[in-house]
Amino acid sequence: MSAVPPVIDAGQPSRMNAALQRILNGNWLVGIVAVVLSILVGSVLIAVTDSGVQAAAGYFFARPLDTIAAIWESIAGAYAAFFRGGIFDYRAATFAEGIESFAESLHRSTPLIIAALGIGLTFRAGLFNIGGRGQILFGAAFGGWIAFGTDLPYVIHPIVAVLVGAVAGAFLGAVAGALKAFTGAHEVIVTIMLNFIALNLLVWALNPGGPLRGQGSSPLTPPPPESSLFPFLFPGYSVTAGFLLAIALTAGVWWLLERSSLGFKLRAVGENPAAARTAGIDTKAITIIAMALSGALVGIAGVELALGETRRPFGSSIDNGVGFEAITVALLGRSRAWGMLAAGILFGIFRAGAVQMRIAGYSDDIVTVVQALIVLFLAAPPLIRELWGVRPDGRRKAAKA
Amino acid sequence: MRLELRGITKTFGTLVANDRIDLTVEPGEIHALLGENGAGKSTLMNVLYGLLQADEGQILLGGQEQHFKGPGDAMRAGIGMVHQHFMLIPVFTVAENLMLGNEPTRGPVLDLASARRRVLEISARFGFQIDPDARIEDLPVGVQQRVEIIKALSRDARVLVFDEPTAVLTPQETDELMSIMRQLRDAGTAIVFITHKLREVREVADRITVIRLGQVVGEASPTATNAELATLMVGREVDLVVDKAPAAPGADTLVLDRLTIADPLGHLVVNDLSLTVRAGEIVGIAGVQGNGQTELAEAILGLVRPLSGRILLSGEDVTKSPPRRVLDAGVGFIPEDRTEDGLIKSFTIAENLMLDRSNGAPFVRLGSIRQAELARFAAEKVEEFDVRTPSPSEQVGRLSGGNQQKVVVARELSRDLKVLVASQPTRGVDVGSIEFIHKQIVAARDAGVAVLVVSTELEEIQALSDRIAVMYHGRIVGVVPGDTPRERLGLMMAGEAVAA
Repeated sequence: MSAVPPVIDAGQPSRMNAALQRILNGNWLVGIVAVVLSILVGSVLIAVTDSGVQAAAGYFFARPLDTIAAIWESIAGAYAAFFRGGIFDYRAATFAEGIESFAESLHRSTPLIIAALGIGLTFRAGLFNIGGRGQILFGAAFGGWIAFGTDLPYVIHPIVAVLVGAVAGAFLGAVAGALKAFTGAHEVIVTIMLNFIALNLLVWALNPGGPLRGQGSSPLTPPPPESSLFPFLFPGYSVTAGFLLAIALTAGVWWLLERSSLGFKLRAVGENPAAARTAGIDTKAITIIAMALSGALVGIAGVELALGETRRPFGSSIDNGVGFEAITVALLGRSRAWGMLAAGILFGIFRAGAVQMRIAGYSDDIVTVVQALIVLFLAAPPLIRELWGVRPDGRRKAAKA
Repeated sequence: MRLELRGITKTFGTLVANDRIDLTVEPGEIHALLGENGAGKSTLMNVLYGLLQADEGQILLGGQEQHFKGPGDAMRAGIGMVHQHFMLIPVFTVAENLMLGNEPTRGPVLDLASARRRVLEISARFGFQIDPDARIEDLPVGVQQRVEIIKALSRDARVLVFDEPTAVLTPQETDELMSIMRQLRDAGTAIVFITHKLREVREVADRITVIRLGQVVGEASPTATNAELATLMVGREVDLVVDKAPAAPGADTLVLDRLTIADPLGHLVVNDLSLTVRAGEIVGIAGVQGNGQTELAEAILGLVRPLSGRILLSGEDVTKSPPRRVLDAGVGFIPEDRTEDGLIKSFTIAENLMLDRSNGAPFVRLGSIRQAELARFAAEKVEEFDVRTPSPSEQVGRLSGGNQQKVVVARELSRDLKVLVASQPTRGVDVGSIEFIHKQIVAARDAGVAVLVVSTELEEIQALSDRIAVMYHGRIVGVVPGDTPRERLGLMMAGEAVAA
């Protein structure tokens, strides 16, 4: 025993948690306004960075209409390409071909949705899981290991891979949760550090002679066998059974958060840890469980990235930024299960649309900027309220008198 | 300087917090603003102090109309405020706090000497004994309040607003504050005294304005009786005396045996304390805030682990049990800070009612919450405990303080209890709800529950307790009968051991 008096930490909510609760309990209109504003700001950036606009602006005072036309052309062109890539390609010969774009968006949204469900789960418990990257890498590594390391029949193979990936992610999450619960270490710092640990473990495993190293000369895994891949839903479309899994997990997370006793306790701890503790809820256990469940979901997203999206030998960049993008999706979806599904699909459209923008010669970095702006606007609801007159909870606070 | 508020109206959405309020305070007058929590007193004073802007109405000072855009404007115009929660920086000295926001400088250098002089000068004028170099956190609460007063006076406040100033004081400190208020009045200051405590109003006020639901409902003279004032405040007749039969105590149910508790910094906040509460009696713990009552209550629930000593519940040692086990053993707990520890504001009434029963029966089956059962239970309790709400699925944060507290009380009393620990059960609760909550606590006693009431409101302790234990610096200085006079309790609360 140490000399410190045995007083149990009351788990006071921090300023950061207060800000988070404001976002999560905010008006859903704020989310929509944030997206719209971000796209508007994105338009300005498209115009400003467009070489045609820059050229026309050089003789603005001689022929101002040229500049305006160039601005219009750049914005319309960029968003048209975005639309073709992310929603519907109206240049395609048939409807079936045109809608391939949206199927691609759903395909690209799948890992985002699943990972966001995990991140959002911790938000609802008042925790910040910034360890998405590490958990995805763990999920992908262990899921991948099942894929090319075992010989299982179709259907069974990806299911086992998903389960093992989930356990791997859950382990990483639980480590962070336990460190938080028993030592008070802040989960943000712990999960970020675990990202590095997971990354370097994977890099090691991909070294020549490492357990995950494939045959080739680059640090990649062996190719996953056909039996282990997520089956396509429709021939000719990229969306896989992973998207159905994402919907099923959304329903599961909805039940867990809104209807189950565990979810009740989890939300209680998230909203007011002191009151939860006073009511006899074991806040430490809830912290660990929430982080483990979150890690499990994010781990599944990692398996999906490997066996659903990539479907080829993969390396240590398999996470492709999904671990962090999922944080944005969870915030935009206000950490409500169906909200995260919708936000995830939107971001899937962003991912697919960005590709088409690049092909059409526009900078797809704009999409990344738009995503970042969404977070900025979400985190600054007072600004949005000021601009649009949206109130934080749809109602004004009663007078304290 | 004469203060005049004319037709002040302030609305928040659909809620009218102040409805055409008129108030005139003359120099050399103590004007009490009496009203329940939520009546609109604080809103009115925030308008006066520039923290809020009125929708309609005028503020006149010495006949001149004022437009305050912030507290700075109000201060410059001569309005001072002594807040309920002191706006002092604990690690600064008295003089440093005095300078804050109005730092006197000589060139680029802070002129601490002039601030020290100012403290001494004002102290001397009013006979305060205050060391300008003392650190705020080392001073007793009553003295800290005097620093607040000096701070206001040092800015030449001619109108001084006291917002619930006695909440944190001992009876003796309260008496001293009253004499300071009289002194200030005699020196010509106009004083607004905001309170919901009837006794203090009658003792010190020259005029009384009662507000209810945002409107002035009448003026009263200080000679009015408590019952008259309470009726005016609540709008109906109120039973101020708790009707209760003599206690019929049974077996020793809650036994605290030589309990010692340390705070996170290692200070002993409860020191070798022993106390027994029997079934069917109410033991009140009286004491000024911060004498270890909070920690004692939390230790019983298992939220804080004692350094030594034992807590026995019907003979069973629960000293090291986590809150879950203690609650399951039949302890009900009304925490002193309901918004911090008792309720989750963003949860519905129904969800808050099941907060301490989130495992198993009756609300959970197979890991799933039984929504229908919970809704039925919540509707029943809302009815039984008279929670004023449009629906049991309303967020608790939207209820008034009194109704929030009723939710806590309803939750705790709807389990099978052996012991009820009620900390500040009616803090921030309106008079009407106080009456109701007190009746519920007495009813629990009559049903054979051992009740421990912790309160800093002496009136409450006296109204409820069959026996009173007075706590001072972590110890019990004496256990006396429930009808012990106020003066004697006051002396004990200041630490004087009085033979029982």
